[in-house]
Amino acid sequence: MAEVSFEHVSMTYKGLGGDVLALSDLDLTLAEGEPISIIGPSGGGKSTTLLLAAGLLKPTKGEVKVSGETVTGPRNTTSLILQDFGLLPWKTVEQNAALGLKIRKFTKKQQDERTAQALDQVGLTEFASSYPNELSGGMRQRLALARAVALDSDLLLMDEPLSALDALLREKLQDTLLSLWKDIGYSQILVTHSIEEAVFLGKRIVLMSPRPGRVAAIVENPEMGDADYRFNPSFHECCEKLRSLLVGQGTLAEGRVDE
Amino acid sequence: MNKMHPNARTVTVRASRSKFFGYLGAIILCLIGWYVTSVLVDSPALPTPFETWPVLVENIPALLPEFWVSLYRVVIAMTIGTVIGVPLGLMIGRAPRADAVFAPVLFLLYPIPKIVLLPVLLVLLGLADAPKIVLIALTIFFQITMTARDAARAVPEASILSVRSLGGNRLDVYRHVIVPASMPELFTALRIGSGTAIAILFFAESIAGSSGLGWFIVDAWGMINYPRMFAGIIAMAVLGVIIYELLEFLERRLTRWRRAGIS
Repeated sequence: MAEVSFEHVSMTYKGLGGDVLALSDLDLTLAEGEPISIIGPSGGGKSTTLLLAAGLLKPTKGEVKVSGETVTGPRNTTSLILQDFGLLPWKTVEQNAALGLKIRKFTKKQQDERTAQALDQVGLTEFASSYPNELSGGMRQRLALARAVALDSDLLLMDEPLSALDALLREKLQDTLLSLWKDIGYSQILVTHSIEEAVFLGKRIVLMSPRPGRVAAIVENPEMGDADYRFNPSFHECCEKLRSLLVGQGTLAEGRVDE
Repeated sequence: MNKMHPNARTVTVRASRSKFFGYLGAIILCLIGWYVTSVLVDSPALPTPFETWPVLVENIPALLPEFWVSLYRVVIAMTIGTVIGVPLGLMIGRAPRADAVFAPVLFLLYPIPKIVLLPVLLVLLGLADAPKIVLIALTIFFQITMTARDAARAVPEASILSVRSLGGNRLDVYRHVIVPASMPELFTALRIGSGTAIAILFFAESIAGSSGLGWFIVDAWGMINYPRMFAGIIAMAVLGVIIYELLEFLERRLTRWRRAGIS
């Protein structure tokens, strides 16, 4: 599994209205197979962090390493799931799940086998020949996961993957995410706006500062890893801790219940 | 992988039946309008459908070869224009540097009605098929290139990012994203273009050469045989319908996904 490290990473976007410093001297290390959550104010460079790890952006300064190697482009076993899932509406469920395998030139037989297995793992087998438009939000999310599963990823990067779903479905899919992580054991970076989600799915929760983004605090959350964790007092303790940190930062208004 | 839904076949049958009745109704409506107008106008230049029908039937052997020639010219020309225009348009739509070179050229040449080139083409290419095909291909080329360029620019960045994050190169992005995403707009452009193409075909055939439906119509006009002229016009309408349905058929096959989720 993959170890990830950000070493003094800075990222400047050149925009029409001048340069924007999105990340400033970010230092962060992820152990092999570790799931972390990143939470923080909007514009704090959370998505940038993911795109850098995915090799889709190059840092202005510093280095991003995955498994000890400097990231210079997309890696074969890194999967990125974006907010809108990145599904292609003109491909069937099966074709969408197989896309990564196809691009990486797996044989047809391997594509079919792995895709079938991945769809089975996320419970979409009977929808193999449907199109994404015919699926519910939760099913689309699971399809995006199937794509990552099919690739046998050792690093899963997710940018607010559940934000489009209603609260009940969110919890269900958080369970799915947790059990997939436990089954496969990839390293995982989850960017989220939800405190509960961050705590449920992150062994450490990284709190980012307002722009320019850097690590403001890291909350240890060693007890995560069980579906029952939500009912555990330490889950709520951890949420409270995170909430007061966000309030202290000015990201959350005091006394306001916010997701 | 492209398995049909179990009830897809009945849906297809139902769709083609309703299409048949649609055309039938349209024909009846047009005939009534035509008849009423010709009675009101009462001029030999506008014969009634009843006067035209026997002439049409009698002229079918004469019409058929001209019909095929015209159909051949339009289909070949549209194919050439599309095959050259689509890759070029999609390419410059996603490559700012190429766009900087090609876009001004396109903008400059696009508004010029390509029909003004007919005299030049006639001198260079003679009176047979070539100048007509080139003229129509040119027109279609500009329309489809402009559309392809705009469609490629409008492709959502997220779709591209998703293919790139999977390790896809430029070619993969075109194959899995840009081409399928632009397909619906390209077909719209072709459908609109087919109307222009037939208009240009008529013009080119009526001016030069002695073949094709355009020539047939103008020839009948010269003989002051109006029913014969209208037989040619009807054949032109059929030509239009055939091209339209051909595009419809291709679009159905290539953009199956667009009808998913709406039933």
